[in-house]
Amino acid sequence: MDLVVIMVLLGLVVVFVSAPLRRVAPSVGLPPEMTTGDPEPELRELETARDAKLRELRDAELDHRTGKLSDQDYQALDASLRAEAIEILRSMDQARDHAEHPG
Amino acid sequence: MAPVGRTLLILGLVVAVYGICASIYGVRTGRPQWVDSGRRAVYSLAGLMTVAWVILEAAFLRSDFTFNVVWQHSSTTTPTFYKLAAPWSSQEGSLLLWVWLLSLWSSLILFLTRRRIRDIAAYATAVLLGFATFFVSLAAFFANPFTTTSTPPAQGSGLDPLLLHPTMMIHPPMLYSGYTLLTVPFAFAVGALITGKLGSEWIALTRRFALASWLFLGTGIVLGALWSYTELGWGGYWAWDPVENAALMPWLCITAFIHSVMIQEKRGMLKVWNVSLVLGSGTLAILGTFLVRSGILDSIHAFGASTLGVPFVALLALMIGGGLGLILWRRRLLASEARLDSLLSREAVFLFQNLVLMGMVVVIFWITFFPLISEAVTGNKISVGPPAFRPFIVPLALVLVALAGIGPIIAWRRVTAANLRRNFLLPVAAGLACLVVLLADGVDSRPFALAMFALGTFVLVGVVQELVRGAAARRAMTREAPPLALVRVIRRNRRRYGGYIVHAGLAILLIGVAASSSFQHSRQVTLTPGQSASVNGYAIRYVKPTEHVATDRSGALASIAFGAVLKVSRGGHRVTTLRTVRRFYPAPLTPGVGPISIAFAGSADSVVGLQTNLTHDIWTVINPNLAPLQGRINQGDRVFERLMQSLTPAQAAQPTVRNTIATEQAVAINGLSRQFVTHPWPVTFLLIVDPLVLWIWIGAAIIVFGGLLALWPIPVLLRSRSRARSAVRSHPASPREPVLDHATAMREPA
Amino acid sequence: MDPSRKRVIRLVVALSAALVLASALVYVSFTAGDREVTASQLLRVARPGQSYILAGTVLVGSVRREGQALVFRIRDPRLRLSVPVRYSGIVPDPFAAGRAVMVTVREPSAGPTFVGQGNSLTTKCPSKYQAQAAS
Repeated sequence: MDLVVIMVLLGLVVVFVSAPLRRVAPSVGLPPEMTTGDPEPELRELETARDAKLRELRDAELDHRTGKLSDQDYQALDASLRAEAIEILRSMDQARDHAEHPG
Repeated sequence: MAPVGRTLLILGLVVAVYGICASIYGVRTGRPQWVDSGRRAVYSLAGLMTVAWVILEAAFLRSDFTFNVVWQHSSTTTPTFYKLAAPWSSQEGSLLLWVWLLSLWSSLILFLTRRRIRDIAAYATAVLLGFATFFVSLAAFFANPFTTTSTPPAQGSGLDPLLLHPTMMIHPPMLYSGYTLLTVPFAFAVGALITGKLGSEWIALTRRFALASWLFLGTGIVLGALWSYTELGWGGYWAWDPVENAALMPWLCITAFIHSVMIQEKRGMLKVWNVSLVLGSGTLAILGTFLVRSGILDSIHAFGASTLGVPFVALLALMIGGGLGLILWRRRLLASEARLDSLLSREAVFLFQNLVLMGMVVVIFWITFFPLISEAVTGNKISVGPPAFRPFIVPLALVLVALAGIGPIIAWRRVTAANLRRNFLLPVAAGLACLVVLLADGVDSRPFALAMFALGTFVLVGVVQELVRGAAARRAMTREAPPLALVRVIRRNRRRYGGYIVHAGLAILLIGVAASSSFQHSRQVTLTPGQSASVNGYAIRYVKPTEHVATDRSGALASIAFGAVLKVSRGGHRVTTLRTVRRFYPAPLTPGVGPISIAFAGSADSVVGLQTNLTHDIWTVINPNLAPLQGRINQGDRVFERLMQSLTPAQAAQPTVRNTIATEQAVAINGLSRQFVTHPWPVTFLLIVDPLVLWIWIGAAIIVFGGLLALWPIPVLLRSRSRARSAVRSHPASPREPVLDHATAMREPA
Repeated sequence: MDPSRKRVIRLVVALSAALVLASALVYVSFTAGDREVTASQLLRVARPGQSYILAGTVLVGSVRREGQALVFRIRDPRLRLSVPVRYSGIVPDPFAAGRAVMVTVREPSAGPTFVGQGNSLTTKCPSKYQAQAAS
């Protein structure tokens, strides 16, 4: 009984763990970014940066509305944050173009 | 099923080692199928450990005494609820629980990141499986929960009665979840350092795990304190015991990280610091497990004897050395992208808060390890004990609370004088008003407590002001009713307001701590029935003694309980009736201890008589003196010993004879027990009147609520939604559009 | 003030604060601490008037009450040697024969029984008993 349970578990683990290896290997030797199913690591990084920047914009806005930032400070901060956000969005466009038309 | 359990541990070890090799091979050679296979090894490990855990739990539920760990820590009479909790009262079960939780949490994070940061995740897989390998090895070779005996005893030793407390069901799994969750950010930090991809993505993905570990560890710490207060009969909730400190240090460290990581997210600063905090928290989590599990602090000699000491020290050395090496290697990539604009900004407050928290960690670490340090340096082991913590921790805690108040009401980056006035006026005025009222009330004997009350008020009013202003700002736009506006503005900004609510909870908790530790009135008195004692204006009268002899289902003696009913009154008015009991448990058979003595010779625990309300707790335990019974106990010992000697071995083995003797012994013990009520003698009570203790638990509950708010929704649900939203926003045709979306903070998501 | 000077000042302030904290810690721990001893060390070094933290396990079968006081023997974990202690004060629940405890004691003016300082008896957290047994 014990032996059967162990053999069944062992079998399941071996089948499950080796499943990716038994697939036809499509891409040996390419750089990791191209093979790990994540074609745009740079884009992902930028997406995260953009999300953080948007959050920061929202935070600044809420800070302004709740009186933590004066109008003048808010305008200056908002402008610089927007500039940074647009910079990130541009980089994302470039990265996307690059990914679509490599070379 | 024990052989299956043992085999599962070996199988788990093989799978973990395979997973490490497969992940590293896959990521180094660019073969994603190997990385996938490595990740599946983690899932498999989780499956195998789940089966192993179920086998162990089933053995406890069945009271299968062929398992050594079962008869040592459970018995047929242990209530089912506690049979479920009994596995983690043992060293072996604890280690298995560690691996099991580690494998579950690792599987969750690797599942969530399966399509993102895959090269970092591959290294993280290897690191997480490295931890798993370590703990599975310990469980398989040093403290195996599946060892069996061929001669199982008829009855188990049972669970320590002190552990028969509801919090024991959740306290250890909470702490262990916290510890194991801390290894997740650690693993991803190592992955990010190795790959050199130290941008914001790994931080964003692991931040929630850091927050979750903070929440679990914090809840575990508070539940431990609650257990100490209501079960351990000494009247306190925190003793600076090494076991408590072991959990507090990583918690403080990860608290620092949760704050400073915001600076990195916003400004690209403090990268070295953040990565160090993550590596430090992970290391402290392992150190905490080590402290609890190896017994090193009992004595440096126990260390040599403990089988777990050397492997743990090797692991810690590897974590510290490896972490430092990686940071030095990647120091260029960790350069800061910005500079601190001003010392009057939220960044600066966070930075200062980080320093205070790390100061606390250093103090706690030093004092906890001082006996070992002094023994190593001078050859003499010197203990400093709990009083040494106070002169350091109390001022640091005051600064921390002040910062917890300033943080929410100061803006990022820049602050002007006019804004400072507008935001600080009310909270500071409230804090000062509190100070004045308390001073006028004559509460001036404890300056630190007074400062804590004033600063706590400052924090609370600051947080309330923030909530009101947030709701008002939303109302100005949406014209919603105030409560609705408040709920919606919080829902829309969970991280921010969750954090503020945590600060409010912390202020409440520390006010409770300051009040209860500074204004406690405690007396130890000896009373006979009818006598009274007075504590802080309360007259506490010992009304009558109680006794109870409990037997288990088989009819054997389970415990003897001596208790008291106490009436509490103040100024002639009845306040409450308290009942407290001390239970004596029989000791396991010991040569030289008589058959009646043994009934009183085991461990003992207290049922605390507690009346709790918002202003104060009245807490009492009875400590009955057994000396007046000693003569009769000795007499009983002699009678039964003589009886046993008069029997031939054949007679003594007869079930009817044994039953008769057992019945006679039960009658004798019942008679002895009745003495406590029929001929009451003076007994000692510890009486404590302690203000605001309930607020400690209320504050902790608020902290948990705020933490959940900041953590919610769980990542799986969030990602699909934010993906859809960001897809709309980042449409390349209109790069300005998303940033032009005014009042995003105010609106509901579409 | 130019930014680099400011940074230097900040660094100096932070380092001095750290230094003050560190020296206070070292000073307090070496001056306020009591020497922690085992039973055999206590018998060797004890001087009247001096207090020591006696650590060890409660000898099985040695615990008894004498009036308000609790009398028990603390055993050296490594040697078959124990010293008697008379203690009055709060007895924590985890206290029991065979468990690891610590108590602050003074050399008696007469007789062999050491006197435990009131309310100084502490026991190990129950979560560590297992480690005790394993070690």
